[in-house]
Amino acid sequence: MKYMLLINAGSVDASGGAAECTVEDWMVYDKQVKDAGIFVSGESLADLVTATAVRVGADGTRVVTDGPFAETREVLGGFYVIDVPDLDVALDWAARCPGALGSGSVVVRPIAEF
Amino acid sequence: MVDERAAVAAVFREEHGRLLAALARRFGDLDLAEEAASEAVEAALAHWPEHGVPPNPGAWLMTTARRKAVDRLRRDRTYTARLAELKVEAERAEPPAPAQGMPDDRLQLFFTCAHPALAEEDRGALTLRCLAGLTTPEVARAYLVPVETMAKRITRAKRKIRDARIPFRVPDADELPARLPGVLQVLYSIFTEGYAASSGPHLQRLDLAEEAIRLTTVLARLLPDREVIGLRALMLLVHARRAARTTPEGMPVLLEHQDRGAWDRTMIEEGLALLPQALSGPPGRYGVQAAIAALHDEAADITTTDWPQIVALYDVLHVLVPSPIIAMNRAAAIAMRDGPAEGLSLLDDLAGEPRLRHHHPYLAARADLLARLGRRHEAIAAYELALNHAATEPDRALLQSRLDALKD
Repeated sequence: MKYMLLINAGSVDASGGAAECTVEDWMVYDKQVKDAGIFVSGESLADLVTATAVRVGADGTRVVTDGPFAETREVLGGFYVIDVPDLDVALDWAARCPGALGSGSVVVRPIAEF
Repeated sequence: MVDERAAVAAVFREEHGRLLAALARRFGDLDLAEEAASEAVEAALAHWPEHGVPPNPGAWLMTTARRKAVDRLRRDRTYTARLAELKVEAERAEPPAPAQGMPDDRLQLFFTCAHPALAEEDRGALTLRCLAGLTTPEVARAYLVPVETMAKRITRAKRKIRDARIPFRVPDADELPARLPGVLQVLYSIFTEGYAASSGPHLQRLDLAEEAIRLTTVLARLLPDREVIGLRALMLLVHARRAARTTPEGMPVLLEHQDRGAWDRTMIEEGLALLPQALSGPPGRYGVQAAIAALHDEAADITTTDWPQIVALYDVLHVLVPSPIIAMNRAAAIAMRDGPAEGLSLLDDLAGEPRLRHHHPYLAARADLLARLGRRHEAIAAYELALNHAATEPDRALLQSRLDALKD
């Protein structure tokens, strides 16, 4: 079964990376996921300042705004989609993810099957 | 017909958890498991009166329920993929379950119902529904919420188990220390809701406490872990006092005024017999609490109670569980050992704890110590404050009577 791991960064340092882990931590984790044969897809999102939001009103007008910027403390920093037998295994992989450290969190969501 | 119905009911009550657990484990879907289980019972009601109750009714129900589940999967198109995955075709050809040694899957179900991925409030409800076999209206009554609300909560929890694929499995030995406390917490919270209802007209809900003991007994048999046994001992040693804990009118009776002759000696003996096993090895929170309960149960009255040892056990417990509630109980025990002034000063140290600010046992304990110190006006004010935060009618009535006594 496929699960998406949504990596929410907590506090970020000056360079935009999570404070509690290093680039090397991420490289190690990425290699582990791929070596385990469970990797389906995954991306790291570019810095939040590059984000743009689009909303379409009831009258069809399009409103484009800069952002969103986090009023919330956690922002989506990237994701993995992994294919594992059940939620416990998915949670184990989420727990090993550097993004789950400290003020960060990883939300695990099953991919709907149709 | 009446006899067969009674026979089915008896078998079903005994086998329900086991049946449901085995089906849930096989099919990964609690709804399907429940439907198949009840269809099997209907089949039994139709079949047994004519052909007699089979020699192994549990195995008969299991085989029938498995067939019903497979039929249901076939009929339901959304399950087509699931069906292929489960390779249930092979299942059809399987011989009926052997008469002896039917596997017991209830242990997996305990861990699934208490899975940390489920909302905390849903875990107890699901445990009562699936392992104790209570109906949704009964579970709703247990938690004093509308049936509709409870039905929604149970449906949501069951959907999450199925759709997010929370596995039916016993955690590996290395994960067990992290997962078992969650299961014990669920059972303990069912028990405490029965021991001291958080709201409503009654102080005790004996059926709920008894269900918690029954489930803990099943768990202890399946997983004879030190803390599981400790929890069972704790429940027995506390539940033994049930008859003395309320007056015939339902008013609470404090430990110091309880008729100790009304305590259930058989249950106390049973609890005491479990203590050596519960206390072997490093101390656990339930084992230590059971030891405290045992000291109360063994004492002839409040003055001959071994307070120094109770305080020592609370010291240990407070290290294991550094909660303000434990600290409050420790302070009350110290008041008994060293006098009300010492106890009060410790209680006052806890005044800043957010969890205690509106906690009526804390407020009442403080009022009680003030009264014992003869600080009448402060005691009256403290009782009035406690009264404002008491959750049940009987608690309010007791506080009111103490308040009235002070005002006279």
